[in-house]
Amino acid sequence: MTFDVYLNVAVAGILTGLVYGLMALGLSVIFGVVRVINFAHGEMMSIAMFLAVVLFSAFHLDPLIMLLPIAAVMFVFGYVLQAGLINPFMTRPEHSQFLLLVAVGIIIVNVLLIVFGPDARTVQTSYAYDSFQLGPVLVDASKAYAGVAAIVFAAGLFAFFRFSLVGKAIRACADNYTGALVVGLNVNRLYALSFALGTACVGAAGSMMTLIVDVTPNLGPTYTLLAFVIVITGGLGSMAGALLGGVLIGLTEALAGLLFTPSAKSMFAFAILVLVLLFRPQGLFSKRAT
Amino acid sequence: MTRIRINRRQLLAGSAVGAATLAAPALVRAQNGPLKVGVLLPRSGFEAAIGQDCQRGVDIAPPIFKSLGLPELTIMNGDTASNVDVAREHAEKLISDGAQLLVGAFDSGQTTAIAQVAEQKGIPLVINIAGAPAITEQGYKFVFRNFPTAITITADGFANQKEIFSIVGVEPKTAVFMRVNDTYGTAMSKGVAALMPKFNMPYKILEEISYDPAARDLSVEVAKAKATNAEVLLVVGRLNDALLMTRELIKQRWTPEAILSMGPGWYEDQYFKTLGKMSDGPISFVPWFDPNKKLAQTLEAAFVKAYPGSNMNTNQVFTFEALLVAADAYKRAGSTDPKALVDAIRKTDITDNVSVGPGIAFNAKGQNDKVKDSAIQNRGGKAVTIAPKEAANAKPEWPMKPYQNRA
Amino acid sequence: MTAVAIGRAADGVRRRNAVLLVVLLAALLAAPWLVNDYLLTVMIVILYSAFTGQAWNIMMGFAGQLSLGHALYAGLGAYVSAVLFTKFGIDPWLGFLVSVPVAALSGAIIGFLAFRFGVSGVYFAILTIAFAEFARIGFDHLSLVNAAAGLFLPVAQYGHNDLLRLRGDPTMFYYVILAATVVAFALCRFLIGSRIGYYWLAIREDEQAARSAGIDTFRCKMYAVTISAAITSFAGVFYAFFYNNLFPEQVFGIGRSIEMILGPVIGGVGTLFGPILGSFLLTGLAETLDSALAAAGLDVPGAKEVFYGVCLLIVIVALPDGVWPPLARRLGLDKDKR
Repeated sequence: MTFDVYLNVAVAGILTGLVYGLMALGLSVIFGVVRVINFAHGEMMSIAMFLAVVLFSAFHLDPLIMLLPIAAVMFVFGYVLQAGLINPFMTRPEHSQFLLLVAVGIIIVNVLLIVFGPDARTVQTSYAYDSFQLGPVLVDASKAYAGVAAIVFAAGLFAFFRFSLVGKAIRACADNYTGALVVGLNVNRLYALSFALGTACVGAAGSMMTLIVDVTPNLGPTYTLLAFVIVITGGLGSMAGALLGGVLIGLTEALAGLLFTPSAKSMFAFAILVLVLLFRPQGLFSKRAT
Repeated sequence: MTRIRINRRQLLAGSAVGAATLAAPALVRAQNGPLKVGVLLPRSGFEAAIGQDCQRGVDIAPPIFKSLGLPELTIMNGDTASNVDVAREHAEKLISDGAQLLVGAFDSGQTTAIAQVAEQKGIPLVINIAGAPAITEQGYKFVFRNFPTAITITADGFANQKEIFSIVGVEPKTAVFMRVNDTYGTAMSKGVAALMPKFNMPYKILEEISYDPAARDLSVEVAKAKATNAEVLLVVGRLNDALLMTRELIKQRWTPEAILSMGPGWYEDQYFKTLGKMSDGPISFVPWFDPNKKLAQTLEAAFVKAYPGSNMNTNQVFTFEALLVAADAYKRAGSTDPKALVDAIRKTDITDNVSVGPGIAFNAKGQNDKVKDSAIQNRGGKAVTIAPKEAANAKPEWPMKPYQNRA
Repeated sequence: MTAVAIGRAADGVRRRNAVLLVVLLAALLAAPWLVNDYLLTVMIVILYSAFTGQAWNIMMGFAGQLSLGHALYAGLGAYVSAVLFTKFGIDPWLGFLVSVPVAALSGAIIGFLAFRFGVSGVYFAILTIAFAEFARIGFDHLSLVNAAAGLFLPVAQYGHNDLLRLRGDPTMFYYVILAATVVAFALCRFLIGSRIGYYWLAIREDEQAARSAGIDTFRCKMYAVTISAAITSFAGVFYAFFYNNLFPEQVFGIGRSIEMILGPVIGGVGTLFGPILGSFLLTGLAETLDSALAAAGLDVPGAKEVFYGVCLLIVIVALPDGVWPPLARRLGLDKDKR
């Protein structure tokens, strides 16, 4: 195989990885900061995807434009979900949290099945089939747009957590629960807020994902697991970590698919996960020890 | 525990048939009411789309049976939830609720689980779709399959390919084989490897690329296939990956001379609806309906009327035929006794049917080894039959029109 | 209360527990004569899930290690015994003797890696998922087991029940899984009352404190994961010979692992009756919903699952410790209440 093939595959892998990273950003907040084992992550994203598809087919609104409104809707959904259902579980054991979200996931998948039916839905944008030719490399336009959006979104989140007061308060909460209580932070509200923020990221990601994959009610579970792999690999609560983790997994899977058999490529992602868990549990791109 | 699920349409059809029964008592004399048929399909879970697609074949059947003078069926719907355990449980449940015959279940694993229950209870099972050869190799006495096995699909596929090659006068020398790594894809891979030399195919497979059934992205797979520079793309997949693959072919600007698919996905309604102009060209080698047969035309008309804007496909055809086998056997048996039903099914000889081939009859193993596959090509938003000759209604188009020139 | 009174109260609890056990067992033994085949199949599913729940409970309920990849051990048990049977004609019980060490060894390897490198809590849970997924993808490519095409066991005619080869009617399978559940229950009861059981509880409550008290926590946790994996492997053997087909996706998938933990979590983690009660409630709920929706004429795919999810949610929210602990207190079956 020629060098060009490797180059093309590597570029495709990186772009796919950025999209994965975008999808995992929300979990990085929910699991990394709020410490909720959100096993309904992919399912939540499929809600956002259906929203985007409905908006597109009804009003012809491009998912790239609808990214923020959908994020806002999902923000409200996340806030209500956390304050109404999940908050009492913040102090409950992990398996209890896990099962709560599994139940939420079952409900989401099947409500979507009843409402939208089992068929795959899609958004047919004018640029759906476009690709750019850069020398020997063909770049998928939709993925490139999604990748850029992922970077912008991650930078925004990073700035929020780094510079805004609320962001700092949320981090304080995550670092030291008792300390946050002592200095008088409204911990419950902050938890709801950051969970909502995470869900908003999921909303934005879902909107973008419709450019790349068709949505079905059963799409969620595979993405849930993938998001956990990425977030743990990249490092909990690190925005750059989630993106880089996504890129690493995307690139690994792409090259593994090229060099070995593609149907086994996920094995390599899981291998990376196992190695990270054993040797660098704080994640590859995070300085903070867990 | 007696409960029967009937939806409104079937209820209406039921009363209509009731009236017909009064008018033609000779046909259904000595029968004890309608035959209770338990239909098991994966209508929720990961196979929900295809299970519900099969269900349409059940829903449009009653008025057609009436017009054929066949006895009434009471349909009891069961959902396998795309799960082997649930399939088995619900087979037991349907039987305990009074089902006298079972039909199902699209998926080979679920069908195997149901077959065991049927066999052990002595209730006949007519399989609509399931390709694993093992199912009819168990020596079962109550299990019948009116659907080709993976081996037959491969053999017929190769035969039809050679027919097409001779019609268009082209013999491709190289192919790349992309297949999904699931039950069906793996069985087909074995079939292809075993039968290629026997059929003396003109092309050589340069590389076999298998991918994950839950694939979210096929860019690498398609890049790898494109790099082989093969003339034709041979695929065995599902709807999800057919869509992903087509988009990648377009974006990576590669139109093979032909896409030859030996499985589902590429002819399904969703494929046409989602891809529009880009859906034209691929050729599928699948069990299909014979557009020249009278019953096929009747069924298609009923289908289009019930689901405007959709195209009938394999899923409805074989689910309908499974019910047809049941109704026909019931008519001849004149009794709901399972033994009598099984004897009648074994003597099935339906020539007025929907699928391609001489008709429906079962061999000693309960397999219809006469059912033949077609080659169908996507053309203007629907599939036309291009081979075998006796079932064809169009000439093949070769090579495929490049994706880039379809604006 | 005086010591005598306490002793008497404890005797009472013990007696009531014994009565409950005897009544339950008698009812279960008589079940095949009382219910039809459909309900018997449902009972098999319930006991299967009670059995795997019991095995999972050793790790999570007793030793506090959250495993979300238990499908791995059942899957290994299933595939090892099925391959030995189909390719070498080795009977399932002999195959079981091979499956146990295979599953136990894989449990031990995962445990060793996790506990040596200090992987705990959610991280441990994710690690167990990763290994189960590893196995799923690996078996999807293993031609010895027919890869993704699936391994089909030859189904003999049901002329007579052959317990040795696990070939027979549902009644035979029912008694097999009932016996297995009884054995697992007895084993758990023995373990929880033994020295290792107390060590496990100490680790579950506070691992550091346990270590400072001189408990070899590494070794204890290794016992938990190994024993749990070994027991779970029998569930796989049963599954293989009951359903007669194995697909990596169906056997090792994460859905399977989640199914295994539903029963014990709903019933009550760390209790002996919890996994059994939880399995009864959940499977009973699913089947009742099915019948109820059908009776209501509601034939909408997905509706049953929505109701199921909502019920699950309500139980998890309302009863944080599961159904059994409050029920046991109400019935006076709880040793803690004197």
